[in-house]
Amino acid sequence: MSAATGHAETGARAETHGSRDGHHDEAAHGTLRGYLTGFVLAVVLTAIPFWLVMAEPIADPRLTTVLVIAFAVAQIIVHMIYFLHMNTRSEGGWTLLALIFTVVLVVITLAGSLWIMYHLNANMMPVHAHDARTMP
Amino acid sequence: MANAMQARADGPTFYVREEEHGHNATMLGFWIYLMSDCLIFAVLFATYGVLGRNYAAGPSGVDLFDLKLVALNTSMLLLSSITYGFAMLEMARDRMRATLGWLAVTGLFGVAFVGLELYEFSHLIHEGATPQRSAFLSSFFALVGTHGLHVSFGILWLVTLMVQVGRRGLVEANRRRLMCLSLFWHFLDVVWIGVFTFVYLMGVIR
Repeated sequence: MSAATGHAETGARAETHGSRDGHHDEAAHGTLRGYLTGFVLAVVLTAIPFWLVMAEPIADPRLTTVLVIAFAVAQIIVHMIYFLHMNTRSEGGWTLLALIFTVVLVVITLAGSLWIMYHLNANMMPVHAHDARTMP
Repeated sequence: MANAMQARADGPTFYVREEEHGHNATMLGFWIYLMSDCLIFAVLFATYGVLGRNYAAGPSGVDLFDLKLVALNTSMLLLSSITYGFAMLEMARDRMRATLGWLAVTGLFGVAFVGLELYEFSHLIHEGATPQRSAFLSSFFALVGTHGLHVSFGILWLVTLMVQVGRRGLVEANRRRLMCLSLFWHFLDVVWIGVFTFVYLMGVIR
């Protein structure tokens, strides 16, 4: 009885492994279509922010900054999906979990540093008031 | 007796399972290495974000950055990403010569990227914009230099793998190594998106 359950379990595990390896292979190499889609999207998402900054079609620098950052985030997501082949299934979801954890750490590092140093700058160096206001 | 039989029957399955897992664990382990590398870049980005406007009465990004050169550099890295993708597709089809060809093209684009970056650095240093000139330039050279160093070592790794593939063929170990380098190479392109956005583009916006 227990042996039968054991075998059934082994079978099920072997199956998940098989399907995971299938995804793994597909994920590791990607497809021509996937790479070309990613490349075209990346070129467009690179060209637009460069054009926004070089040709200055928008007068407001703050709006330009927000748009440039938005395009960067979009391009990072495109690269993650089409070049790094991120998905919820690869390595049983562990790569995505590691990525989410890292993104949280990166956001804390960046936002925390900028926030704290902005206040230090504003409070301790009066001559830098203008610089502090224009900090990214 | 029955228990012993069962243990023996279950035992081998356990070890096989572990072996299979060992292969996948390489990719997961390398991914976790990349995530730790990502944290190094996060710290350098944070440093640049804090110090990036402290010019010490020296030159600023508007005075120094040549966006046309940066756009050319960006296209080099983007092209090298897609050609590495083509190499991986040829590897999946077991075509060694085509794989090596695309890897060589990738390497050339990588060399062009590093070459343009070194040209930019030498130009900056020639103009007196050295790392010790201001906090802005220190953090700039630290961030962009670390990325350039990563690409340089990526090229070294690429050449090493080309020699290995040339001598041993597309064996399982070489495929695994090429997949790791693929992650590394595309990851560097992702970091470069952050560099050209936060350093170059936002440095020039006024």
